[in-house]
Amino acid sequence: MYALFAFVAGLVFGIGLLFSQMASPAKVLGFLDLAGRWDPSLAFVMVGAVCVAVIGFVLAGRRPTTLLGTPFFLPIAGEIDMRLVGGGLIFGIGWGLGGFCPGPGLVALGAGQAKAFVFVAAMLAGMLAFEGIEAARARSVTRAAQTDAPASE
Amino acid sequence: MAIDWTAFTPGSALAGGAIIGFAAAMFALFNGRIAGVSGIVGGLLRPASHDTAWRAAFIAGLIAAPIVYVAFAQLPPIIIDGGYPVLVLAGLLVGIGTRYGAGCTSGHGVCGLSRASPRSLVATVVFMAAGFATVFVTRHAIGG
Repeated sequence: MYALFAFVAGLVFGIGLLFSQMASPAKVLGFLDLAGRWDPSLAFVMVGAVCVAVIGFVLAGRRPTTLLGTPFFLPIAGEIDMRLVGGGLIFGIGWGLGGFCPGPGLVALGAGQAKAFVFVAAMLAGMLAFEGIEAARARSVTRAAQTDAPASE
Repeated sequence: MAIDWTAFTPGSALAGGAIIGFAAAMFALFNGRIAGVSGIVGGLLRPASHDTAWRAAFIAGLIAAPIVYVAFAQLPPIIIDGGYPVLVLAGLLVGIGTRYGAGCTSGHGVCGLSRASPRSLVATVVFMAAGFATVFVTRHAIGG
């Protein structure tokens, strides 16, 4: 049941992306091109989405459990650090190059677009690279902690 | 700045946005989670991947969207101007960046702003600014 609701949420989300034409990179790039012939549509998509979503989050915040009786997994506010800003910068550059962000990439893939397939494959490779870098960092931190341990005694 | 009135589609943008917001609201109320696409996909690629079923189901819903859409209406055009090398580079950057930044347009943009998250507001301003700057460089500084 839980997975079924997740499927419907993904489906409705994708239909919204298609209807608003946000699954089309040319439309997104038209928004990002402030100095050219500017298409403000993306801003209207954001306004429409936030206006409706805010109702859902307010209602969710008033409940002890979800409508399915399961616990909430909504993130608690963290700090604003270099990872957040650096990650946003890298993502923004990639977004500006291709006009794709993750959701529209997957929707365009479902529409049978070969270029979307290539984008999604590269995106997955990028995410795997992140996991690899993080795992290597965790190992080196553990090693450093182990070599530091005798000195700190 | 000149607005492209022929390309501008405020009606379908607002309505499509409302559909996206509805999906995010549903996901919060029923699944108790943030409809952030990069986080949902990235969670499947973790070494000890957990919650595989709902993550895969959400992604399957996104991929199935155009297939369901064409059953009821004509699919809006999907125009991808970038060449394959550009899309590979774009995909790599989007993949790494969204994982370090812990979110993308859906998680930080739609859901985070709806929850008035300061982190998400900062992330959204940063990736939008980077997007504007990148398109300025590719279309006007070197591409113009």
